[in-house]
Amino acid sequence: MYGKGLRALSLATFAALTATFALVFFYAPLDADQGFIQKIFYVHVPVAIVTLCAYVVGAVFAALHLRTRDRRWDLRSYVVIHIALIFNILGLLTGAIWAKASWGHWWVWDEPTLVSFLIVFLLFATYQPLRFSIEDPERQARYASVFAIMAGAFVPLNFIAVRTATAYVHPRVLASAEGGLPGSMAFVFVVAIVAMTLLFALLVSYEIAAKQTKWQLRALRRRLLGSDAVAPLGRSAAPSLGEPSRGGSATRAPRNPAEAAS
Amino acid sequence: MIPALLAVAPALPLDEAGKYVAGAFVVFVAVIVIYVAIMATKLQRMSRELHELNAAVEARERGERARAEAAKR
Repeated sequence: MYGKGLRALSLATFAALTATFALVFFYAPLDADQGFIQKIFYVHVPVAIVTLCAYVVGAVFAALHLRTRDRRWDLRSYVVIHIALIFNILGLLTGAIWAKASWGHWWVWDEPTLVSFLIVFLLFATYQPLRFSIEDPERQARYASVFAIMAGAFVPLNFIAVRTATAYVHPRVLASAEGGLPGSMAFVFVVAIVAMTLLFALLVSYEIAAKQTKWQLRALRRRLLGSDAVAPLGRSAAPSLGEPSRGGSATRAPRNPAEAAS
Repeated sequence: MIPALLAVAPALPLDEAGKYVAGAFVVFVAVIVIYVAIMATKLQRMSRELHELNAAVEARERGERARAEAAKR
């Protein structure tokens, strides 16, 4: 019962993504300047926005972990950052394709928005190796949370710094001096952001449900067959929910689905 | 239904830009599909482990039944 609400969320995500793709290709008007290439905008920008927001959410979860010492907040922070990294790669790839189509280059180093997005990616790409380098689960969770908070705080600062940079050529989307997007484009853009947010929430929910089910299976195996039947945990970047092994202090695994879901 | 929808939909200007737009959307879908495939592998592993646990419980229950019958006799 870990995946409570997953079916509804999956259906909502599917509907939102289908609506987004239909609106992008058959409703949104062609951009006067870029033409058909501008359709990439409806994937690239929402993915980038969701990515940056997700890093901040991961930092908030990490702060909650440090505040409450509840390992489940660490799991949430880890999974949110993990999925945000996948979205970040998606943003970089779609951005590179858009750059090639409009500027003739896959990457432009003197463009602050692109480079800052890459820096954020590289910063968070060190999160997993950092976790992996610490064997004790308690210390791993604590250090990773501190890192997530620091890196998460860097995201809005980085965003503001790029916004205030003067020499940029990256198109501004919302509230620009020219008045921003026209109504129909803005509508499709908002639908795309909703769809990407739902997709992100869905992937996070799947990942958390999978991890909790895995731990529950381990706990069940231990209760049924004894500790000898459970393979010892190797070093891992993923948080452990209630394992007395790996050298650290044990945290109790959720005893029932309701407790785990809470 | 899809052919009917495509028939009424306006034609897309798929010239030089078409391949880039298609590329971006294909990358998006591909990353999601790869992720779903990884999740499916994890699910398969968990399903196999659950199957093993079920078999262990059944074996234990069979043993208990056999002991109970032996005690009755």
